[in-house]
Amino acid sequence: MAFGAFSSTATAGPPPVDAAPRKRSYIALLLLLPGVLYLGLFFLAPLLSLIITSFQAPVDFGDIGQYQTAFKWENYTTVVGMYGEHIIRSFFYALLATIFALLFSYPLAYFIGVKLRRFPLVQALGLTLVIAPFFISFLLRTLAWKQILSDEGVVVSALKAVALLGPDAHITGEPVAVVFGLTYNFIPFMTLPIYTSLQSLDLRYVEAGGDLYASPARTFFSVTLPLSAPGVISGALLTFIPAAGDYVNASSSFLGGRDTQMIGNVIETNFLVLQNYPAAAALSIILMAAILIIVGVYVRRSGTDELL
Amino acid sequence: MNPVSRFIGRYALWIYSILAFVFLLIPIVYTIVFSFNDSRRSNIVWRGFTLDNWTRVCDAQGVCESFLNSIVVGLTATLLATALGTMIAIALVRFRFRFRSGVTLLLFLPMATPEVVLGAGLAAEFLAAGVQKGALTVILAHTMFCISFVVVTVRARVAGLDPALEEAGRDLYASPAQVFMRITFPLLLPGIIAAALLSFALSFDDFIITNFNSGAFVTFPKFLYTAAARGIPAEANVIASAVFFIAIIFVVVSQLTSAARRKRLAREG
Repeated sequence: MAFGAFSSTATAGPPPVDAAPRKRSYIALLLLLPGVLYLGLFFLAPLLSLIITSFQAPVDFGDIGQYQTAFKWENYTTVVGMYGEHIIRSFFYALLATIFALLFSYPLAYFIGVKLRRFPLVQALGLTLVIAPFFISFLLRTLAWKQILSDEGVVVSALKAVALLGPDAHITGEPVAVVFGLTYNFIPFMTLPIYTSLQSLDLRYVEAGGDLYASPARTFFSVTLPLSAPGVISGALLTFIPAAGDYVNASSSFLGGRDTQMIGNVIETNFLVLQNYPAAAALSIILMAAILIIVGVYVRRSGTDELL
Repeated sequence: MNPVSRFIGRYALWIYSILAFVFLLIPIVYTIVFSFNDSRRSNIVWRGFTLDNWTRVCDAQGVCESFLNSIVVGLTATLLATALGTMIAIALVRFRFRFRSGVTLLLFLPMATPEVVLGAGLAAEFLAAGVQKGALTVILAHTMFCISFVVVTVRARVAGLDPALEEAGRDLYASPAQVFMRITFPLLLPGIIAAALLSFALSFDDFIITNFNSGAFVTFPKFLYTAAARGIPAEANVIASAVFFIAIIFVVVSQLTSAARRKRLAREG
């Protein structure tokens, strides 16, 4: 996946040297062991504890938040029954945000990657502007949108003035605001990988399309778009995954309301407020499984060497 | 295509992109502007310009404490993640070993896992192990999700390193330790610094994983989340704006120096 798009050094330098020696592999082991152990302890073990927790049953006559190891698979059917709506809503919102982010980002990435190619400094400025939102707190930029889109804000009054919005209508607290927030917050994740693909696009292919009397639209759909497909796919994954699990945008102190709660909100409430750990764990496993299926399809196509 | 419509076509992309940049900057400008708001209670309505929020930033309860907590957590997690990640990056490029694709997958998965799952998983583990949530659990969590990003960033730098330079060192009878300290490490340093900055930025702005594992410990994003219900003090905007300016200066300086280096290399080469 084009996570390398986030590091300035990723595209520099020759391709990896594969003259790696097989001998002295104990050094490799020493270098790998601490980090791999760390990830085992704080990434794999937590996933395992989620699975165990998701099957736990309440302690008989115990207090709230007291559970014991069991194999209560009904936890899964219970959460799907209770929160099926939230699960579907999360994936639907995330899908919408991914589509909007793609529509927004592609022309912008094309502009920076192709049109600005001859001006390296301007291109660097354009990239800085794209990642600028990362440098202001995620929560504050979401709250800023909440104020701008609030009932007293400019946007709502302007839309009401031209009667595009009914007199009693709101934007914040509605699904449209949540999808908007998700789209805005993850746009850089979409723009950067597409930019990386388009930046290395050989423009002679595009010219060849024109030389062969293809219309600009035809050239775009049969040359430019397929050649930038890796960036689009990476961008879509990088937008969809965090958007599906997000609970800040949908929270009612931010852009959401009571009817916009997503799976992340339900996991948070169950874990941190209701102390219903098995329900929170079962929901997390469902979310993780859905993401793993999507990622699995991607890994099968690209192979593990391309992942980092 | 006739010249007129071609001109309009090019023009449209320019206009679109400039509007898109403006759109991306709107909440940033809003946050910075409202750091100068003469707000008494709630920082929602514009009440006039003041510098008080900037000069007395620590007067608001909890802002500076949570900011310092975030700095401490960010520095510690960055140090740990950069060390662990750099070692893995060197091993991945320089050595062939079995389970290579397993290690790659193990590094990739934390980046592909939704934060809420990472957060809930760690919280479930700490709960099962009876570990009290606090600064330590937040640092452990942040280090975990930063490692993969460090590996990605440093690996590119290791891959671009010319092995002949290290061979030259060995030919001149340098010990392996000397080769590493005098040649390998200085050459990797720009990548390591970039990775450390990225780690710090990720840790500093993380909310979701922190929220599950912090207990009573308050980082800056967690302070904002709690305060959001009753209104964010303008002093929080000051901190965020200051961080924004520092980060932008870092990026601009690094881009200008790398542009200067490219120019110099182009001239010499």
